[in-house]
Amino acid sequence: MTTPDTHGAGEPGHELVAAEPIADPGLPEHLPRPTDIDPKAERRAERQVASLFMLSSVFAVLFCVAYFALKIGKDPSVFLGMGASNVALGACLGLALLCIGVGAIQWSRKLMNDHEIVEYRHSAASPEEDRVEALAALDAGIEDSGIGRRPLVRNSLLGAMAFLGLPAIVALRDLGPLPGDKLAHTVWKKNMRVVQDVDGAQIKPEDMEIGQLVNAEPQIFFATNAEGEPEVEGTALLQEKAKAAVILVRMLPDDIKDKHSANWGVEGILCFSKICTHVGCPISLWEQQTHHLLCPCHQSTFDLADGAKVIFGPAGRHLPQLPITVDADGYLVAQSDFTEPVGPSYWERG
Amino acid sequence: MTTTASTNGTKPAAAAKPSPAAGIANWADERLGIATSAKKQIRKVFPDHWSFMLCEIALWSFVILLLTGVFLSLWFTPSMGEVVYNGSYNQLRGIHMSEAYASTLNISFDVRAGLLMRQMHHWAAMLFIAAMLVHMMRVFVTGAFRKPRELNWIIGGVLLLLGILEGFAGYSLPDDLLSGTGLRIADGLMKATPVLGSYMSFFMFGGEFPGDQIIPRLYTAHVLLIPGLLLALIAAHMLLLVYHKHTQWPGPGRTEQNVVGYPMMPVYAAKAGGFFFIVFGVVALMGGLMTINPVWRFGPYNPAQVTAGSQPDWYMGIAEGLLRIMPGWETHIWGITMSWNVFLPGQVAPMALLGIVLAYPFLEQWITGDKREHHLLVRPRDAPTRTAILAAMVTVYGLLWAAGGNDILATQFHLDLNTITYFMRGAIFIVPPLVFIVAKRWCISLQRHDNDMLLHGYESGVIMRDALGGYTEKHLPLSEDHAYKLTARDRDVVYTGITGADSNGVPAPNVRVDQIRAKLSKAWFATNVQKPTRAELDEGHHHAELEHEHDAPLEDHAADGHQFDGRHDVTGDDLTHKH
Repeated sequence: MTTPDTHGAGEPGHELVAAEPIADPGLPEHLPRPTDIDPKAERRAERQVASLFMLSSVFAVLFCVAYFALKIGKDPSVFLGMGASNVALGACLGLALLCIGVGAIQWSRKLMNDHEIVEYRHSAASPEEDRVEALAALDAGIEDSGIGRRPLVRNSLLGAMAFLGLPAIVALRDLGPLPGDKLAHTVWKKNMRVVQDVDGAQIKPEDMEIGQLVNAEPQIFFATNAEGEPEVEGTALLQEKAKAAVILVRMLPDDIKDKHSANWGVEGILCFSKICTHVGCPISLWEQQTHHLLCPCHQSTFDLADGAKVIFGPAGRHLPQLPITVDADGYLVAQSDFTEPVGPSYWERG
Repeated sequence: MTTTASTNGTKPAAAAKPSPAAGIANWADERLGIATSAKKQIRKVFPDHWSFMLCEIALWSFVILLLTGVFLSLWFTPSMGEVVYNGSYNQLRGIHMSEAYASTLNISFDVRAGLLMRQMHHWAAMLFIAAMLVHMMRVFVTGAFRKPRELNWIIGGVLLLLGILEGFAGYSLPDDLLSGTGLRIADGLMKATPVLGSYMSFFMFGGEFPGDQIIPRLYTAHVLLIPGLLLALIAAHMLLLVYHKHTQWPGPGRTEQNVVGYPMMPVYAAKAGGFFFIVFGVVALMGGLMTINPVWRFGPYNPAQVTAGSQPDWYMGIAEGLLRIMPGWETHIWGITMSWNVFLPGQVAPMALLGIVLAYPFLEQWITGDKREHHLLVRPRDAPTRTAILAAMVTVYGLLWAAGGNDILATQFHLDLNTITYFMRGAIFIVPPLVFIVAKRWCISLQRHDNDMLLHGYESGVIMRDALGGYTEKHLPLSEDHAYKLTARDRDVVYTGITGADSNGVPAPNVRVDQIRAKLSKAWFATNVQKPTRAELDEGHHHAELEHEHDAPLEDHAADGHQFDGRHDVTGDDLTHKH
């Protein structure tokens, strides 16, 4: 009983039911329900079902009343933080539907015939003679086509089908432009001012306190041309923002461990890419005391005092640093574009 | 089955003249010839069990998604063209945003019942995927995927994958800050593809991320391409279900050769049809009373902004968890970058997981060598290895899900984020095998318990004291139906493999592979407890008779266990157990 039988290679799997320990007693006897034998119970069930269906129509009408009676839009938080219209419409529609559903199921359980029916199964496979006939038909078809005797026709057809894949792929070519070196460059360039991302305000080193973090952007995002039109707008603005967004932090110059990194800053103010090197979320959770910057998406953590190297999480690379200096007017400006691609890694990134 | 069908006796047995329904049926059959198939299908039998309802939840959620989705498509504008919002929602008025986001706000605040439909659509999507997943677990753990249903298992797995993709495409459409962050992550995942990454990204977004193409393209996928595939596969799934006939639980009169239950017309039409309205009604209540995806609070997408605690919809949680706990491995060599940290968890792992799930019926079949058709379900305890595999898989899923919310866990339970992540990195490899072992042993002990009940009866709760002061609990035999149910299962047979060489000393081909198979089969079955044989049952009953003899002197005082529970009146009862 505790160890299974073992069989040789001939009969893998389970032993077929040879001698069952207990014989199948057969389907149990049908027991009548109260509604089968008590006319009172039957009429009660009938009334329940009909009342539910009638109640449903009431709620359907109430839905229409609520649709016209209740205003929407002005205040979406009248009731439990939600709009009165939404609550009333949802409740009426929900109850109208539930009444139909519950009524139908009550009907089937109490009033419909509940005798179980037995249906016999058949093997999923076709009968043997059908299989033989089908195979014969298939063979006859293949024979008539001559595909086996004419390999040239067969192979050239297969080749033609394979080549049809080319137009299918080539036709999709215009889905987008080739990447070129677009991912390797941003709008940052020499002497472009680093400005606040909210209002475009220019920043002087003395505006920043030790420990402060400022979300910043290149000034060109706020610049207008001669006609007063923005220099960069619409889709282009979003695309450039997705690469050029930066953060400025000010630390005590002595706290900066990476001297190369310190040289790219001004009086302890360093500028790093805001785009995570993992999958590209904008990073912004700043731990002032430890100089750690945390990505809110997947928690990669970078030490800004140590060249923004990864100290925790799934990111594989440090955050690129933007070399900055001050211009003649004393404002923070970029020394150049980023010296490496920002954002998520890609194959040809290097 | 008795034949005492009771009617109220007010209707005649046959109608006096043809009913209008018969007229319509006749008209249709003369043109479509449907009577031949209809005669079988109208009274088609479906077996009853609560767990068979899970697939219905998935099916009806899909219907609700189609209905509410059509409503939404009447107002939604799938465009990334920039507009200035000027609608009813004060806080965002005057702000630049895409037409997609503006029209979503419009549906929420200026179209009556629009918010209700949006929320119903989103809740139904959550329910659709959840129901598919739970349905799949039910099918797995009861062995309903076995021959001849393997293809339906694969169709189901593909449906789940498509459902998840459809959900992702759908919640990306409003172009709000949260969904845009999701697309940004999808962009990062794509860029990590070896060789083609940046090209795939540029082709998908029509240029550099975010471009102005992705919303219209996702819209086409969301309303045409994926729903079309879903619809076709659901149809195939259900046609196969009808062809194979539904599986059933073993029991008295319920065998491999039949299916016992209620006819489609009228019982299942009423039950399943009624259940559609119940699912629909519950979704409507959820849409009315429970806020979901309040995009107006997130604001329009801006690639330089993100909200702390950003979370995708629940079904993306395991992909999120994989991404979060992966160590930051990247290779830089010969001027190329290979980001294992994104490629492995983002592309390889999910596909590998899906591949294993889809291949599972064939793997199991190869190990067990069981090529027979199965229409009776197996209780989870009677397939300990399979049940343990499910338990381990659920554990992996749960751990990854928790890992996908490691920041939420850290802030809610005041835990250290880094510790949670380190823990998960180890736990994902250590905990599932432990759960596997526990689940398997648990199943086996439940099997032992079943055998105890068969051989010695169930514990009646009646304590007997004999003349020497010894105490025994009285065991009563199971009812015949119950005992049959417990034994209505196969005996497991371990596959021992082919012998190493034939009589001429020629080694059999594939011996090594076959030995692996034999070892796996042993691991699969060897510790299972088999049901008792006829002889063992007889011996058990004989033992019970001996016990009875032992109890004989106490006969006058023995109780049948029912005198205090009010089940029957004991006045005049001799309170003895009659065998």
